[in-house]
Amino acid sequence: MTETAQVQGQERAEVWVEPISEVGQYSQWKLMRMRFARNKLAMIGSIGLLVLYIIVVLAPFLAPTDYMRQNADYVYGPPSKLTFRGPDGKLGLRLYTHPVTTVLDKETFRWMYMPDKTKFEPVVLFAKGDPYTLFGIIKSDIHLFGTRSGMRIYLLGADSLGRDMLARILMGGRISMTVGLLGVALTIVFGTIFGTASGYYGGFIDDMMQRLVELIQSFPTVPLWAALSAALPNISEEFTALDRYFLITLILSLVNWTGLARQLRAKVMAYNRADFTQAALAAGASDARIIFVHMMPNAASHIIVVAALSIPGMILGETSLSFLGLGILPPLVSWGALLRDAQNLNTVLMAPWLMIPGIAVIIAVLLFSFLGDGLRDAVDPYSI
Amino acid sequence: MTGYILRRLGYMAILIVLVAVVGFIIIELPPGSYLEVELDRIRALGGDINQAMIDALKQQYGVDQPLHIRFWKWLSGFVRGDFGLSFEYWTPVSKLIWLRLWYTIFTSLLTLVFQWVVAIFIGVYSATHRYSPLDYLFTVLQFIGLSVPAFLLALLLMVVVHRTLGWHVSGFNSPEFQDLPWNWAKIVDFAKHVWLPIVVVGANGTAWLSRVMRANLLDVLNMQYVQTARSKGVKENVVIWKHAVRNAIHPLIMVLGASLPAIISGQLIVGVVLNLPTVGPLYFRALMNQDMYLAASILMFLTFALLIGNLLADILLAIVDPRIRLGEG
Repeated sequence: MTETAQVQGQERAEVWVEPISEVGQYSQWKLMRMRFARNKLAMIGSIGLLVLYIIVVLAPFLAPTDYMRQNADYVYGPPSKLTFRGPDGKLGLRLYTHPVTTVLDKETFRWMYMPDKTKFEPVVLFAKGDPYTLFGIIKSDIHLFGTRSGMRIYLLGADSLGRDMLARILMGGRISMTVGLLGVALTIVFGTIFGTASGYYGGFIDDMMQRLVELIQSFPTVPLWAALSAALPNISEEFTALDRYFLITLILSLVNWTGLARQLRAKVMAYNRADFTQAALAAGASDARIIFVHMMPNAASHIIVVAALSIPGMILGETSLSFLGLGILPPLVSWGALLRDAQNLNTVLMAPWLMIPGIAVIIAVLLFSFLGDGLRDAVDPYSI
Repeated sequence: MTGYILRRLGYMAILIVLVAVVGFIIIELPPGSYLEVELDRIRALGGDINQAMIDALKQQYGVDQPLHIRFWKWLSGFVRGDFGLSFEYWTPVSKLIWLRLWYTIFTSLLTLVFQWVVAIFIGVYSATHRYSPLDYLFTVLQFIGLSVPAFLLALLLMVVVHRTLGWHVSGFNSPEFQDLPWNWAKIVDFAKHVWLPIVVVGANGTAWLSRVMRANLLDVLNMQYVQTARSKGVKENVVIWKHAVRNAIHPLIMVLGASLPAIISGQLIVGVVLNLPTVGPLYFRALMNQDMYLAASILMFLTFALLIGNLLADILLAIVDPRIRLGEG
């Protein structure tokens, strides 16, 4: 026995914790859930994503200010200094920040922001600030943290217009974290329709679809996405930034569905020859019934996996497009659009916190990859 | 074998025609007549264009003619090497893109070689030292490599190199070499610059390929012929590199068709960040300014390059794997 075979043998022994007799009675979906729950990375992925989504939903509450609020006195300002050391010089439980004074550096002719360490401003929870609306109904002006005097705290620094990077990253997350989900929903729709039609009917339809898929796949993806986005109309009264966002997700999925269609086609072709399809045909079932009642439930897990695995690519696609200025446009922000500010070396050297949205992208993509890998390993519950 | 190649060639011809159709659609997509927009812009800048010139341009691009005639005009021009006019630079597209296109393809090929060499070595090491600390380290790096966008990595490395070595690594050559003819010093300077885009663009694909290589080699190492070789007393190095790796490498050639477009995509964006003289900055700028003849020509040439790459990959695969040419041809 080789070393690898032994290791596989050990894995096998670990995995079978339940008595075999019971496992035989579990449904397929329950088996998948159990396998998924056993995968540590997959659990980190799903819990992490849940937290991320809660954060972006509550973004206006968590951010100390509105993401559009400018501050001409704090252009490219660094993150605020926070300290537990109070005015009496002792460490306490209360968090303080210092007011900032602006000094002109006479050598570089750049504004320097010096915290005035003699003055103290306590950081309070649930401070009043800019008004916002949550879920479209709850109107409020309470923010998770802030100051009583209304002095602004910049946890992650400020951008070229003195806007709070933390607020912008949180709001950008709303776009970046939904592009993947929305795009994947559209991918599933296109991929399922084309893939199933191609596999079920075969012949001419199949040939046409396969050529179409090959055509789309022969283009380099980002340039093709960019070319399609460039054709979108300019932002105006009739065509808002939000419309553009929806069309961008549509463009992302227009290129992305081909992978799912290919795989689903192969699945459906295999089902065509399966006994259950033949039996349904003999019983006089219609094409629609065979596809939706007999084939789709069988392919469902597969569709979910392929879809989940394609989310990271879509998030990275949106980030790249927005970074190039061909994706999300102001007044909306996304992580890629924020990174556009960090495009040149001198800006990044001067204000390195402009690259923080990149960390957000990496975290989101990693979590989605963990989730996708976990789902892929879980869908085949009988395979152990 | 010849039949197989001929069939693939015929197939490619169909795809080339379809790509041309897509290219034309992209030119036509932006709302309004591009010529009108451009003429307005020049007039607004106070430029002087007489009516005869406008008429000649309209005639040449067939602005008033029906769609299929416009398509034919453009396509026949394209085949003759006339790709249209870049309205932004007011220069024929063909003059703008050649040098940049060669740079793009050359560095893409370098990236491909880099990816393969690194991925094979990492994959073989990980597979032969499974669950060792280095294997875990590579696994972590692979996950990160797959989730960091290339342009972000480019920015990060640019900052790090600037801080530590003080090099200004944008472009392919330092300013003082820019206009000089190629000589040894310029090649050295080029090498000092080119490694960054190669590493940055290749990171993503390297992560993925080394993962594939590891899984494949693990499968192959379990096969009986490998055990047979070992039991004959063949040296472990020979078993791995001569017997196992050769068979584990096929899937890498198979995914060549998918890794080339990824390299080109990454290359274009990184070109913008690092200000490379490749088609990347030109392409995205053209799209932003709706300079569509330029943009569509670049997209088509990149796609043609990919089609040729895929053809070569298929032929290569047929050469190394007889099952393919016997099964299909």
